[in-house]
Amino acid sequence: MTTFVELLVNGISIGAVYALIALGFVIIFKATEVVNFAHASLLLAGGYLVARLWPVVGFWAALLIGVAAAALVAAAIEFLVIRRANVASHSVLAIVTIGVDIVITTELTRQIGTDVLAMGDPWGSEVVRFGGVTLAETRIVALVTAAALITAFLLAFKYTGWGVAMRAAAEDAETAALMGVRLGRVSMSAWAVAGGLAAVAALFLCVFPTPGLDRSTSLVALKAFPAAILGGLDSTTGALVGGLIIGVTESMMSGYQNDMAFLGRGIGDVAPFLVMLVILLIRPAGLFGTKELARV
Amino acid sequence: MADLAVSDLVVGYGPVRALRGVSMRVPSGSIVAVLGANGAGKSTLLRAISGTLRFHRGSCQGVVTLGDQRLTGLDAASVVGRGVVQVPEGRRVFARMTVEENLRAGGLGRSRRDYAKAHDQVAALFPVLKERARQRAGLLSGGEQQMLAIGRALMAGPTTLLLDEPTLGLAPLMAARITETIKEINSLGTSVLLVEQNVAMALSLASHAYVLEVGEVVLEGTAAELRESDEVRRRYLGIGDAVEGALETRTLSRWS
Repeated sequence: MTTFVELLVNGISIGAVYALIALGFVIIFKATEVVNFAHASLLLAGGYLVARLWPVVGFWAALLIGVAAAALVAAAIEFLVIRRANVASHSVLAIVTIGVDIVITTELTRQIGTDVLAMGDPWGSEVVRFGGVTLAETRIVALVTAAALITAFLLAFKYTGWGVAMRAAAEDAETAALMGVRLGRVSMSAWAVAGGLAAVAALFLCVFPTPGLDRSTSLVALKAFPAAILGGLDSTTGALVGGLIIGVTESMMSGYQNDMAFLGRGIGDVAPFLVMLVILLIRPAGLFGTKELARV
Repeated sequence: MADLAVSDLVVGYGPVRALRGVSMRVPSGSIVAVLGANGAGKSTLLRAISGTLRFHRGSCQGVVTLGDQRLTGLDAASVVGRGVVQVPEGRRVFARMTVEENLRAGGLGRSRRDYAKAHDQVAALFPVLKERARQRAGLLSGGEQQMLAIGRALMAGPTTLLLDEPTLGLAPLMAARITETIKEINSLGTSVLLVEQNVAMALSLASHAYVLEVGEVVLEGTAAELRESDEVRRRYLGIGDAVEGALETRTLSRWS
C-alpha cells in the first residue's frame, strides 16, 4: 500500500510537470495553430542556462534567467520564423519547427557533451516521511509549483484581457483582428509563456531522483507530447488531465514492472505512448478535443 | 469626427478583380448604404477598409482615408484604433465565449472609464445581452447574435461603424428591430456604412447610397433619388415593368 501511495504521488508530481510542458504546447497551438515540435529544445535551452549559471549567480537568479531566456527564445522563434513564413498551410509550419528544434538541440548537445549537469537546487536529495510513505522533497516542490503555475495561468486565461484576446484569436483570428486584437502580440506572448513554462519544467525533470541535465533530457520532454495529444491539442484542461494520466501511468508501470515482467523491462518508458494510442483509437479528437457547440 | 473616403479602390484576389476603381464617401454623422447583388464586391469593400484582405489573400490599390489620416496599409487592429469598426457578415460572434466575454473582446485596450461607458451604452441598446451575460454566445438566437455582434463592435467606441448585411437571415420582426437600432446608434453621432441586399430597408435608413455591380459603382445618389430611379425599382425593389426587367437580366460574374 505504501508503495502504491508513493508511486501515485510521484506519478502525479511528474504528471504535473508534463502538464506544464503540454500546456505550453496547447497554448501555442491555440494561438497560432502551429504544432510546435521545437518545444523540447526550448525546454533544454532553459534547463541548460539554469545549470550553467547557478554556480555563478546562485540558483534563484539562474532560474529566473533560464525562464526569461527560454521565453525570449520562444518569442524570437515566433517573430523570426513563424510570423515571416508566408506559407499556406499550418502543417508546413509544424515541419519548420522540427527544423528549428534540430538546430537548437544540436547546438546544445554539442555544448553539453557527455556531461551531466547538476541543477544546483536547494532541495537536493532530501526526503520527507509521512507515516510509512517516503517522498523526495523535489517531487513535492514540483507538484506545488506546477499546480500554482497552472492555476495562475488558467485564471489569467479566463479573467484577464490577455486571456480574452487569446481565446478570441484562437476561435476566429480574422474577427478578433476586426475587434482590434493585435494578433502578432497575442501569438508572440503565447510562445513566450510556453517557453517560460518549459524552462520551469526542465528544472523539475532534472532534479533528484534524476542525476541532472544531460543531452537526453529533451527526449524525456517528448513524453509531454502524448500528454497534449491525448488530452486534445486545443484544450488546456486536456493538457492537465493528459499530463497527469501520462505521469501516473509511467510511475505505476515503472514501479510495478517486476510484477509485469512478461511485458519486458522499460515498459514505463513505452506506457505513455501506448496510453495515447488507446485513447486516440476511442476518441480521435482526444479526451477534451473541440466539440462544436453552436445554434444558428 | 471625420469623413471616411474611399478613392479609386482596386482589389484583386490573385488574378480575379473584385473591385475596379471604387470611390465613395461617408460624411461624418451620416448613414450611407452600399447596395448590390451577391458577388458585387460589397464585402470586399469592407475588408479593404478594415484591413483584413490579407486573411483572404487579397491585395489592394487605391486609398482609404478617415479625415486626413490614411487607413490603407494599416493592420486591422490599427484601423479599429482609428475608430473604424466593422460588424462582419454572418455575425461571427465568438461562440465558445460567453456574451460578456464577447463584449470584453470588443473593448480590449480601452480605459476603464471608456469601457464602463460603452458597456452601459450597449446594455441600454440591447437589454437582452445583459440578461444573457453568462451564456455562451453560440447558444443565442440569430437575432441575439446580431445584437451581440453590433454591441461588441460598439465596445470599441467607433466613430464610423461598418455593417455587413446586418439583417441577413433574420425574421422580419428582428430585422426591423436591428434597423431601429442602427438608426439609434447613428443618432448618437456614429457614422454608418451599411452594406445590404435588402434594398428597401437600406434606402429607408440611408441618406445616400451607392449601387455596386461587378466591382464598380454603377449608380449613386441620395436615397430619395435612388428610390425613384427606374433601374433600382426594377432591379432591386421588384417594382415596375416585369417583362422589361426579365429581358434585361444579365449574368453577374462571381468569385469566392
